[in-house]
Amino acid sequence: MARPWRRAAARPAEETAVRPRTAVELVDVSHTYGERTVLRDVSLVLAEHRVGVIGSNGSGKSTFARLLNGLVVPTSGRVLVDGLDTAADLRAVRRRVGFVFQDPDAQIVHPTVAEDVAFGLHNQRVPAAERAERVAEVLARYGLAGHADHPAHLLSGGQKQLLAIAGVLVMRPARVVFDEPTTLLDLANRRRVARVIEELEQDVVVVTHDLDLLTGFDRVLVVEDGRVVADGAPGETVDWYVARMT
Amino acid sequence: MSTLALYSPVPSVLHRTPAGLKLAALAALSVLLFAVPQLPVASIALAAVVVLALAGARLTPRQLLAQLRPVWLWLAGLLVFHAIVTDLATGALAVIRLATLVLAAAVVTATSRVAELVAVIEWVCAPLRLLGVRPARIGLAIAMTLRFIPLIAERAERIREAQAARGATRPLFLSLVPLLVQVLQLAHTTAEALDARGADDEAPPRALWRRG
Repeated sequence: MARPWRRAAARPAEETAVRPRTAVELVDVSHTYGERTVLRDVSLVLAEHRVGVIGSNGSGKSTFARLLNGLVVPTSGRVLVDGLDTAADLRAVRRRVGFVFQDPDAQIVHPTVAEDVAFGLHNQRVPAAERAERVAEVLARYGLAGHADHPAHLLSGGQKQLLAIAGVLVMRPARVVFDEPTTLLDLANRRRVARVIEELEQDVVVVTHDLDLLTGFDRVLVVEDGRVVADGAPGETVDWYVARMT
Repeated sequence: MSTLALYSPVPSVLHRTPAGLKLAALAALSVLLFAVPQLPVASIALAAVVVLALAGARLTPRQLLAQLRPVWLWLAGLLVFHAIVTDLATGALAVIRLATLVLAAAVVTATSRVAELVAVIEWVCAPLRLLGVRPARIGLAIAMTLRFIPLIAERAERIREAQAARGATRPLFLSLVPLLVQVLQLAHTTAEALDARGADDEAPPRALWRRG
């Protein structure tokens, strides 16, 4: 099977004539942890509404995800979010790009549900009245309104993941990065989270091993040994990846 | 309901009372109980706190007893110790004093959201800005402590179960190493999550002696 590859994807930032609305651009990005190189010379533009990233464990895809909102700053090269460099405009970048982690327990920092959702708004100095309104709205949207004052640690795994997502979306980022959001969930909750992602207005980048999650995505990247080795529509890219793994 | 998850969503008069006032009353009660070491005073204070909890905070007797359960061994030990070393009346005073404070603290946490308590703590710590301290960080640390204690207890239980499932009969303290590893991993991801959710948005205040 031929390897899928988008020619336009590797175009450097300087050559991009018109920057898309919420494009993320990686320009010759490499990253190392000590002696270990986890990403090598990655150059691409992410402008699609829904982008998936797949690859085996240790391939570098989680580091790739963390580059997109400045949790990791590249050892060399640049990551630009709407033209903002993650190395120089970290706070502005993080306001634009939300991040949902694999383990919601690590992301929930307040004891009760509503307080945790309000955390990001508190950091953004959103006035109390607006904060309460936005928290109530997002809790209602994700079926957590009845749990507003409940202790977060008593929620089910699926509810915790929805709470983690609500805590990010309440900050109204332009783009949301999900790092393996369904790995710890049962089938029903995987479908629920998949539906949440599908209905999002925001642009999303989803790093996952759950290939079903990528149905209907606009673009899928395959990361292997720190490089993007395939890049294209999910039909061809996922099939190519599955054939390579079996 | 666990001890650390006491907040009661049932609305009451005390829920509408400002958290700062409740914390100040709790502090005043603590001072009173130690400044006036008399059994009748402590007994009246205990009765008042129980009435306040049941009528003012609309807590159930079961919820109140749940707060005393973790400390009842200490209370019993204290009573026995005083009965041997001093006298029974002194022991009773010590026990009633401690029980009153535990229940009063429970009433405050049951009727105040953590965010409200944290806001009071941040307000009290505001002068520390002159020393370059971020009061919001202190508040966050307290909220996170309340959040992570039950989570870490749950992880410890999972490790204990995993060890038991594999036939381990080792003492509980030997679970500490795997627990420590898990807690460190959790701390790393949580630090990332705090960054991602804008916890670092506020610029640190400059200490008085560093201001130009």
